[in-house]
Amino acid sequence: MDVEAGPVTGTKQPFEAVVAEHGATVLRVCRAVLGPHPDAEDAWSETFLAALRAYPELPAGANIQAWLVTIAHRKAIDITRARQRQAIPVDEVPEAAGRPGAPAGPWRPGGVPHPGAGAAADGDVWAAVKALPDKQRQVVAYHYLAALPYKDIAALVGGSTDAARRAAADGIRNLRAAFAGAAEKGADR
Amino acid sequence: MTSTVGEPGVSALLGITSPGEGDLRRLHDRLVTAAEADGILDIGYTTIDSPVGPLLLAATAQGLVRVAYQIEDHDRVLALLASRISPRIMRAPRRLDAAAREIGEYFAGRRTEFDLPVDFSLSRGFRQQVQRQLPRIGFGNTRSYGQVAAMVGHPKAVRAVGTACATNPLPIVVPCHRVVRADGSAGGYAGGAEAKRALLALERAA
Repeated sequence: MDVEAGPVTGTKQPFEAVVAEHGATVLRVCRAVLGPHPDAEDAWSETFLAALRAYPELPAGANIQAWLVTIAHRKAIDITRARQRQAIPVDEVPEAAGRPGAPAGPWRPGGVPHPGAGAAADGDVWAAVKALPDKQRQVVAYHYLAALPYKDIAALVGGSTDAARRAAADGIRNLRAAFAGAAEKGADR
Repeated sequence: MTSTVGEPGVSALLGITSPGEGDLRRLHDRLVTAAEADGILDIGYTTIDSPVGPLLLAATAQGLVRVAYQIEDHDRVLALLASRISPRIMRAPRRLDAAAREIGEYFAGRRTEFDLPVDFSLSRGFRQQVQRQLPRIGFGNTRSYGQVAAMVGHPKAVRAVGTACATNPLPIVVPCHRVVRADGSAGGYAGGAEAKRALLALERAA
């Protein structure tokens, strides 16, 4: 076997290139689904560690970004469940009690927005993202941040392709309203 | 994908989820650390500067598996490693700390032989047999292709020795640059004839 000779065919790119190409998108998805919280970075790390482990078996020509989003979806669910097993601190009970019937969503109550310029406006957008029903938030993140087709999203979150499309439209409309509010507030400062 | 140009909801989402400066670098380092701990990083690599240009250093868990000159095209070399060994490859400079240090000492004239675990899995058979013997040609010395053929017990395999040197996956560390033409001229080299002459000059001057 020559070190130099021979074309590189039917092979995968080094995993380093996968991280470079998709790392930012997967982080956006994790943040959108889990909130501005260290859990989002944990989900990113778990996602890429699982992807690295399975990478040699991934069929050549597979849609790598869709594959990563699928893993990220499952890791976010794992993290959410682990979170729910933790005891809820006393000072967070009133908020939970204030949302009777609200499903146990992935958002940790009291998520802290990024500090810095525009934090107040960002906080409004985060609040709007947090207020989305879980499924809307997931569908918006997977479709608008990671370009995952609705058919694939439906397979991930359940329901029909049309339902996924409708959830995305509803979700993005809710965010648009919040964005308009945040922009107004920003202009006032 | 649905058109998102100018969609304020999407802009808002992109704005708040943007990775901050250094976030991805920090996450990359964390991933490498976790992958090393789990034993699933098959190849780690780094690039270092040297008097003969940037060098790619790559190592498996077993040892240094590839040293490549810039003219070999580092991206292409990494793609070849992915296909020949494993695509589980990441930039992991710490794995190459010892190799980088010893190569630095070599170019500084403070090291005449390498003491590094090496992985010859990129070459086989007679080529590997030849490459394993090359460190017997000491720092500052040279041998002709014919002399090396005799050294490995196959005096007629001069051409095969040439091929073994040309396909050495570990130039500098496995000193194929010390194998020269019978007339004393440098002969071919994966890093270019100029790099070969530079290494020979460095060793003569030390």
